[in-house]
Amino acid sequence: MAVSRGLRLAAWQLGRSFASMLGLALVAVIVVLALIGPWIVPYPDDVEGAVRLAGKLQPPSAAHWFGTDEVGNDVLTRTIIGARLSLLVGIGITLAAAAIGVPLGILAGTAGGRVREIIMRLTDLFLSVPGLVLAIALVAALGAGIVNAMIALVLVWWPGYVRLAESKALSIREEAYIEAARVAGAPRLRILWRHVLPNSISPIIVKMSMDIGQAILAVASLGFIGLGAKPPTPEWGAMISIARGYLPDWWWYAIFPGAFIYASVLGFNLLGDGLRDILDPRSNRG
Amino acid sequence: MSLLEIRDYRLAFDTFDGTVHVLDGIDLSLGAGETLGIVGETGCGKSVLARSLLRLNESPPARVVSGAILFEGEDVLALPEAAMRRLRGRRIAMVFQDPASYLNPLLAIGTQMEDAIRGQEAALGGAVRPRRAIRAQAAGLLASVGLAEPQRLLASHPHQLSGGMRQRVLIAMALAGGPALLVADEPTTALDVTVQAQVLALIAGLVAEKGLALMLISHDLGVVTASCARVAVMYAGTVVEEAPTASLLARPMHPYAQGLIVAVPDLDNPAHKPRGIPGSIPNLLTPPAGCRFHPRCDRASEICRSTKPALRALAPDHRVACHHAEAS
Amino acid sequence: MLVYLLRRIALAGLMLFGLVCLTFAIANLAPSDPAALAAGPDAGRSQIEQVRREYGLDRPLPEQFLRYVSDLVQGEFGRSVATGRSVGRDLARYFPATLELCLVAMAFGMVAGISLGMLSALFKDRWLDHVTRIFAVSGIALPPFWFGLLLQLGFAAWLGWLPTSGRIGVSTDPGDPITGLLLVDSLLRGNGPLFVQCLSYIALPALVLSLPCLASILRVNRSEMVEALRADYITAARAHGVSRWRLVTVHALKNAMLPTLAIIGLRWGWMMSSTVLVETVFDWPGIGLYAVSSAIAGDFKPVMGVTLIIGLNFMLVNLIVDLLYGVLDPRLRHA
Repeated sequence: MAVSRGLRLAAWQLGRSFASMLGLALVAVIVVLALIGPWIVPYPDDVEGAVRLAGKLQPPSAAHWFGTDEVGNDVLTRTIIGARLSLLVGIGITLAAAAIGVPLGILAGTAGGRVREIIMRLTDLFLSVPGLVLAIALVAALGAGIVNAMIALVLVWWPGYVRLAESKALSIREEAYIEAARVAGAPRLRILWRHVLPNSISPIIVKMSMDIGQAILAVASLGFIGLGAKPPTPEWGAMISIARGYLPDWWWYAIFPGAFIYASVLGFNLLGDGLRDILDPRSNRG
Repeated sequence: MSLLEIRDYRLAFDTFDGTVHVLDGIDLSLGAGETLGIVGETGCGKSVLARSLLRLNESPPARVVSGAILFEGEDVLALPEAAMRRLRGRRIAMVFQDPASYLNPLLAIGTQMEDAIRGQEAALGGAVRPRRAIRAQAAGLLASVGLAEPQRLLASHPHQLSGGMRQRVLIAMALAGGPALLVADEPTTALDVTVQAQVLALIAGLVAEKGLALMLISHDLGVVTASCARVAVMYAGTVVEEAPTASLLARPMHPYAQGLIVAVPDLDNPAHKPRGIPGSIPNLLTPPAGCRFHPRCDRASEICRSTKPALRALAPDHRVACHHAEAS
Repeated sequence: MLVYLLRRIALAGLMLFGLVCLTFAIANLAPSDPAALAAGPDAGRSQIEQVRREYGLDRPLPEQFLRYVSDLVQGEFGRSVATGRSVGRDLARYFPATLELCLVAMAFGMVAGISLGMLSALFKDRWLDHVTRIFAVSGIALPPFWFGLLLQLGFAAWLGWLPTSGRIGVSTDPGDPITGLLLVDSLLRGNGPLFVQCLSYIALPALVLSLPCLASILRVNRSEMVEALRADYITAARAHGVSRWRLVTVHALKNAMLPTLAIIGLRWGWMMSSTVLVETVFDWPGIGLYAVSSAIAGDFKPVMGVTLIIGLNFMLVNLIVDLLYGVLDPRLRHA
């Protein structure tokens, strides 16, 4: 009874919010495009950058909905394929960052003492430089490329999860039921697994949902300034970087990939917002 | 004509789970200079009733279903917001439960008092007085509630004051507009026991001195009977009994009021064993039909389960809402 | 209060040292050889070795670190291996442009963010609130480089109202810098037309840069205002007859400003880092563009210099925010 009421309440809140439903729809579209993209694109050859100079830089038409680029590739095809790459990279970065950050955070929050001090100071250090600059410094050191860009972004992203997990673990540590479990003699790992993790999971899920969007944006940003994916990889940021040289006359080339970045980041942010309203209503919005 | 008259007032809260019938047909009146205590368990709707007088309940979720609250002949529920502001603080003033959370933590006491005083003046539309005059009035108000060194107090912040001092400051602010009615919602609940008596004595003194009408709300029967000439007992959103204090204490007629009085330990009579009332307050989403007290009442009969008892006078000034109560 | 202040300053100093360590570590993590890069593509082995000695790259790491720190203390950020110029001097030249851009963007973001946040909270769950909330999420989701291109397309290429890129017209002489901020300098000289021209150049990049910041401030301020307006002390002030205007603009806003200040501090750092994108799009001659062009050339020293400068800024602003907290919150002041 209690569970079903909670679920109904969550569904009611999510459904009532237009913004959350829009987020859900946008995310669903991006995920579907990423899954079935290779089978629905009109010009599969253009994915790896076929050259068709005769049909270059054509405006949107029935044959090429989003027009063609400077070597005659279909912009629609390359944009759809880009969804797959961006989604994969966004989820990958977020999962890796959470996998490093959450255990460290819970460890810091529950262990206390010197362990906590070391972990948290290191976290503060990484958080003392704004993410994008640190990522650029790291990519500059590692060398440009999509893999290095991902490594750099994971290195920039994990401290956020340490902070979140640590604060949750700390606050839960003070709760009466943890005290009760400890007094009852439950082993520490069991307390961590059974009590601390489940109770800190909802803000972490909310943050991950938001971060997938932000990671997609960060990868595209690095692609745009020439430190991420390299053409002819169909990556949205890299596409816009080249398309920039063809503005303002060949505007469609830059418009459509950018609209897709915007839509997917917006989708994940709105969804995260909606989830937060349900799962973690008292938290602060930034 | 009485100062305040509440007629068949019904208020509901609309929530996800449905409509909560918080107040169900309240009838009460209060003359100028009279003191009325309202007593009842947590959740019986007494604070919601108090806030209704100044229309402070957040709406939504609060929704007035029916009834009227007449103050000096005007229906508070129908007043436009601007007219409401002329009422708040100036005619009806309010003192709240937890002085810690009812003072703004970031503003100096002086600023908050100034704002209260200026609010009164702006509502009256008079000339703007210089700040010095306002500060002097604020200091005078603080002195009148028994606070020493009012000038220093004006410059301090709420966290530097004790609970009793904060409540005195709130009372001083409530008096700023020279109200006719003071509504005190659990004014001593959050305070230390020793301070409680001082604050109650202060309120009683001010009420007598300025000829204010007082509506004192508390879950504590002792607090109410010590300060008020009349007492109304509330249960689950209804008034079940209303009588002069002495009459109620001597001869409670409603089973709930009887239970309430028996539940208080009597220090003068050690033989008296305090006894609780069995059962718990009903869920107001689906309130019991008929008399709302009947599931907990050992005298309940068929009529109690079907018909809501009206508040009827069984003795001079003594009204009871119970089918089985009888005049003697 | 004094203890609080001193502790904050000490903490900032410690973080600064950590930052220096971090940049040094990143620089030495590089797989590529800076000496080879500096010597040029045609250099032979002996030339590379000579460059290595010249730059001190052959010394053991701890010694290199000490030199790095002592150079930094003297304001010396090293030399760009690509151009041979002093990074410190380059930074001094480019930083005012970035500072000017960020100040204008932050001023706009704060004013618009706080007032929209207040309005949104006042009209909670009405259409104005829904519109501003969707706008706020959009502000964070819009890719700045793409939005910048759109604005260039619309306002510069199609409408022709504003210049496409740059900080000032090619043929315009801004005169010798006084503060280095062109808007301020032109005002100090009483040069109205120059001021207007600078304004027309800075408008689009500042708008793009301010959007995520504006959106964040709006979101935090809205939710904090909603919270504050529900607080008991607001109910009490209402009951005492305080006017609605004063309730909102003083009693509630002051409480909502504490968390809003924190997000402003955070956003200042993020804004400075977004200049790498916005300055690239608008060819704005600041440290962001400098960092990007150096990073692409594989030239670390400038990138590390920019990282340090932005980190330092971030720290300073957060220190200021902490101090403002003390001013705004009497509980901290008296603790």
